[in-house]
Amino acid sequence: MALPQAKQTETEARLAMLDLPAGGWTEAARRDALARVQAMGLPGRRDEYWKFTNPATLTQAEAPRAAVFDTQETQIFEAIDRLKIVFVDGVFDAEASDDLSLEGISIERLAESKADIHWAKDLYGTLETNGQTPVQRPLAALNTAFATDGILLHVTGTPSKPINLMYYHEDESSDAILHHVIKVDPGAEVTILENGPAAARFNEVMEVDVADTARFHHVRAQGRDHERRAATHIFARLGTESAFKSFTLTANGVMTRNECIIELTGDDAIAHVAGACVGDGDFHHDDTVFITHDAVNCESRQVFKKVLRNGATGVFQGKILVKAGAQKTDGYQISQSLLLDGDSQFLAKPELEIYADDVACSHGSTSGAIDEEALFYLRSRGVPHSDATNLLTLAFLAEAVEEIEDETLSAQVVEKISAWLLRRSA
Amino acid sequence: MLEIKNLHVKLEEEDKQILKGVDLTVEAGKVHAIMGPNGSGKSTLSYVLSGREGYEVTDGEATLLGEDILDMDPEERAAAGLFLAFQYPVEIPGVGNMTFLRTAVNAQRKARGEEEMSSTEFLKVIRERAKELKIDADMLKRPVNVGFSGGEKKRNEILQMAMLEPKMCILDETDSGLDVDAMKLVADGVNALRSEGRGFLVITHYQRLLDHIVPDVVHIMSDGRIVKTGGPELALEVEKNGYTDIVEEVA
Ligand SMILES: Nc1ncnc2c1ncn2[C@@H]1O[C@H](COP(=O)(O)OP(=O)(O)OP(=O)(O)O)[C@@H](O)[C@H]1O
Ligand SMILES: [Mg+2]
Repeated sequence: MALPQAKQTETEARLAMLDLPAGGWTEAARRDALARVQAMGLPGRRDEYWKFTNPATLTQAEAPRAAVFDTQETQIFEAIDRLKIVFVDGVFDAEASDDLSLEGISIERLAESKADIHWAKDLYGTLETNGQTPVQRPLAALNTAFATDGILLHVTGTPSKPINLMYYHEDESSDAILHHVIKVDPGAEVTILENGPAAARFNEVMEVDVADTARFHHVRAQGRDHERRAATHIFARLGTESAFKSFTLTANGVMTRNECIIELTGDDAIAHVAGACVGDGDFHHDDTVFITHDAVNCESRQVFKKVLRNGATGVFQGKILVKAGAQKTDGYQISQSLLLDGDSQFLAKPELEIYADDVACSHGSTSGAIDEEALFYLRSRGVPHSDATNLLTLAFLAEAVEEIEDETLSAQVVEKISAWLLRRSA
Repeated sequence: MLEIKNLHVKLEEEDKQILKGVDLTVEAGKVHAIMGPNGSGKSTLSYVLSGREGYEVTDGEATLLGEDILDMDPEERAAAGLFLAFQYPVEIPGVGNMTFLRTAVNAQRKARGEEEMSSTEFLKVIRERAKELKIDADMLKRPVNVGFSGGEKKRNEILQMAMLEPKMCILDETDSGLDVDAMKLVADGVNALRSEGRGFLVITHYQRLLDHIVPDVVHIMSDGRIVKTGGPELALEVEKNGYTDIVEEVA
């Protein structure tokens, strides 16, 4: 079917800016992805899953400029012993990065891996392709085709420390496309940390294959640059008795679209996706989650909390699909917003589609203001108005932050949120 | 300590006058009790004094240690030494009881220009006071009032009072919902705080509490006014005959 003219033109304009890397084991996947993008076209406002978020700045030919946010603050995971892998505007920085060798894991760069045979060949673009049905995700296919770099992680044991992907932004017009592939072997366990704005515009894909009994943890803090834009996709496939836990903190950013597509393919697997975001002014933040239960006795949780002020917009589109035969599914989904003023808005589209009869699925979505009773109670004990508001705001976000298993990591996240709130109430 | 003169209060949202000229003075070192029928305006008085929104003072004044409090924010009144033990303590999910109390203690100290309490000192003091009120460590860690029984909530109010050491304590039906032993605990907690420099205004429906916290003065409030003032014997009279006689007598 031919694309509508406008979409065709836009897609061609964007593709004209990019070069398809040639050669090596990714070549076939890249060509396939390019063909898929050309057939789908880039997202437009009329597409079903882009009703609440205007994709124009994510799809336009050149990245809109984004001022570099100069901050002297310490980075979020600074206090943690981790293996650092640094990208500046999407370009690997060997000097700033640690040595990439660590027991229990093999770490390679996508851009360096030019052989014809590679373990990642079975995954690169594969999980992304699976995740294109029933909902199309053209920006992810674009990423598979044109990613300039990324990290290939093969986790064979339990590395002694987390892997921290750090994304710096130094160029006002940078347009970064990174694609990571992570394979966690049976019984292995890894924690991936990500932080930083990455670029003026960032397109990221992470494909995660979690084998039977493997465990994957992910904690991410997206950069605070006000004008930065990001479209991220996580595609995960979970084996029997495996666990996948991902948490994202987003503060600022004029445009963020985080998609998370998870397929539970083995029995007794667990998938938890959570997010806390705090937004001010022209901030637009979109969480789009699709969890497919295709095995017995699996558990999934989606916990998203958004604090919005001064006209900020929050979006949540979350779906639980329970396939026929996926009995004993336990699916939970909650999305809530705290609107600190009347100008901000929260748009939510929770969906359940269930084809098995023995399942327990619940979902809820709410939007509310600060609890005046609680606020008065705190103030009557001497807590100043702004501190009381901040305490209640942190309390609101707590349910999402508590999804982070590691207490040291969750404490770091709480600290960052507190600092953000404090700066605004000063 | 607390001086209320001719206080008139209406609801902000509707044209309903609730307090119709309250006159009341609580001296330092004294315990005053207020009794009165349901809906007579006792809680409203306590809320207006502590600065809750939704009320409009149409006439009269209220001062704490000579300072006009009606124009102050609730937190300023607290720092000035006013404390209200709520009739219905509020549940605050996600905020730990301990965090809440330490924040409150230090916010008040800061507002008064005093040094903040260190966390070790705070821990030591709160453990002691909690023990006296039979509040266990688990309750201190839990979110403020969430999942607390009615009696636990009331004891938690007294713990807050003990930690904040206010000058003027207003207790709104702190005895309701308490079993006999808990009532004794709460009364002991209050009595322990009785001192020269501190005033109490105890709102209650029952003589029973006043057996434990013996008041110096008892007031009867009816339809937004103090209609009768007397000694502890007034509470006994209410217990025996109800309010009808008293209210009719003044009408
Ligand atoms: N926010 C409000 N909206 C509507 N009516 C109110 C409000 N606050 C107080 N009132 C009314 O004012 C009157 C006094 O209420 P208040 O709670 O002060 O009584 P009280 O003496 O404390 O009663 P009780 O002994 O039952 O606790 C009641 O008629 C009550 O319904
Ligand atoms: Mg009352």
